[in-house]
Amino acid sequence: MTQRVKPMNPAGAPVSRVEAPLGRRRVKVVAARSVGGYRFLEVYDSAGPKPMAGQFYMLAAPYEEGGQIELGRPFLPRAFSVCTAAKGRLGFLIEGVGPGSRALSAAPEGGHLNISGPFGRGFTYPEALAGEGALPVLVAGGVGIPPICLWEAMLLERGDDPVVLAGFRTGKMIEAAELFQSRARIVSEDDAGIGGIERGLVTDLLEERLKDSGNCAVYACGPPPMLEAVRRMCAERDIRAELAMEAVMACGFGACNGCVVKTKDGFVRLCLEGPVMDVNALSEATFPG
Amino acid sequence: MDTKNSKIDLAGIRLAHPVINASGTFDALAGLRCFGEEMIERFPFSAYVTKTVTVEPRQGNPPPRIRETTAGMINSVGLPNKGLDGFEREDLGRLTLLPVPVVVSVAGFDIGEWRALAERISSREEVSAIELNASCPNVKSGRAFSSDSGEIEKLLGGIRSLTDKPLIAKLSPDVADIAEVAAGAEAGGANAVSLINTLKALELDSESGSSWLGGGSGGLSGPAIRPVALAAVAAVADRISLPIVGMGGISSGRNALEFLQAGATCVAIGTENFRDPEAGLRIRAELDKLAGQGTDAAN
Repeated sequence: MTQRVKPMNPAGAPVSRVEAPLGRRRVKVVAARSVGGYRFLEVYDSAGPKPMAGQFYMLAAPYEEGGQIELGRPFLPRAFSVCTAAKGRLGFLIEGVGPGSRALSAAPEGGHLNISGPFGRGFTYPEALAGEGALPVLVAGGVGIPPICLWEAMLLERGDDPVVLAGFRTGKMIEAAELFQSRARIVSEDDAGIGGIERGLVTDLLEERLKDSGNCAVYACGPPPMLEAVRRMCAERDIRAELAMEAVMACGFGACNGCVVKTKDGFVRLCLEGPVMDVNALSEATFPG
Repeated sequence: MDTKNSKIDLAGIRLAHPVINASGTFDALAGLRCFGEEMIERFPFSAYVTKTVTVEPRQGNPPPRIRETTAGMINSVGLPNKGLDGFEREDLGRLTLLPVPVVVSVAGFDIGEWRALAERISSREEVSAIELNASCPNVKSGRAFSSDSGEIEKLLGGIRSLTDKPLIAKLSPDVADIAEVAAGAEAGGANAVSLINTLKALELDSESGSSWLGGGSGGLSGPAIRPVALAAVAAVADRISLPIVGMGGISSGRNALEFLQAGATCVAIGTENFRDPEAGLRIRAELDKLAGQGTDAAN
């Protein structure tokens, strides 16, 4: 029998957003290592608050530490959901796919980053999302692991018993599953049979789980096609769910109007109304553009 | 130049220091949600310029709306806003929370819309001035209101009698002679001009051959345009006697100083806010230091 502790704000409603200090601050990189095909960076944010799972930060490598390696780019910071957060240390998982993420991936232990945040709306507690006794089912795809990872940690901390399902494209990326604390069920799309990993899609695991379980609260983060599949699956079965979505961002705090996603009520800024979005607000979860 | 002790007079608006924001690059109400009370206590600008308000509500362009480029970015955001009714009903009253004068940016697509905006916005005492985002097209002529001195003089002429509030004409650099357009704004009765707006720009996704941005071409901003902006400010300062709000890629106190030296009365920070939410405060402090007034610019 698990102990349920529900952190509440003074007004009595569950908190899903923590305010950020105004501005950007320089933080030290206290750990930098490769995890599968990704880079895991940990910074020490002494001036910042503890974030909610699902919130994100804007990260940039300082110019004087090599943060402009490709002819005037990167110029803008990049948005990353926080993956781990304990005792002032924030962890992020980076895949070097462009000048910004490559500059961040190159940051060494002992180097520095500029960060701002935490920004955005995080996940809602299962009982608030889907009613008392709802089973949290966490679904992570590839580089979508971070918010799910922190959510898992926060749920475990308060005595929940979340189900964790994770899928990766190739066996190489599977190492990132070490970031989970509980025993995640893992599948890989390409490299079947490596280290006993099943072949398949994480959405197959979800379908299976939704068949067997009672009332669930589903939380997902991953590539847009995966999010859309989760959204459709939950909408069809009338299951409450939240998706941690992604959009191209310049600022992260509602200033540039760049990060909009389409909802049933028109465009909303993902940095303000998300990045965690309730599936009921969406008619589709595809990545814009 | 004394930035600490002397207030700036921008066409009748008293500013505590010369750093304001560029329209559409800082949302104070969103900032309140993200940063809380600290944003009020340490508001980065000496005046707040709103995102452009249009008569009808606008959703804005489909994403992607921003694209980073070398030392800058291109945006095709498309003026999303709640429309005049929504702005008046939901936002304007809350802007009185801010400790600085409020400048409302407006844009009409024909003279009738400009008149409706000018009339309604200027009737509100919360508003210190109106900025005319003249870069949008005149649907009748197909040309932007800021595209030549005739268009902008006509625009000013059509609304001048409707209000006593200061009118600031925002000018586009995508013209043959920006000083000539500024002269048209002055002749039409503007109290000040602000420049520059973004430069027309395009990025293609070479995989598909089509535009990277959902809205097609967009506007270039950031340090890449600063020399263009500085030239424009210098040319306009040479031509007209109205106060000038100078902007375009300013990211430091030193950049700001150059604009003031070129003839701007004050500067506006835009894209740099995206990289640093506190940019206004930082740039003001750097500017103060350069002016030799010490570093007590945090209040």
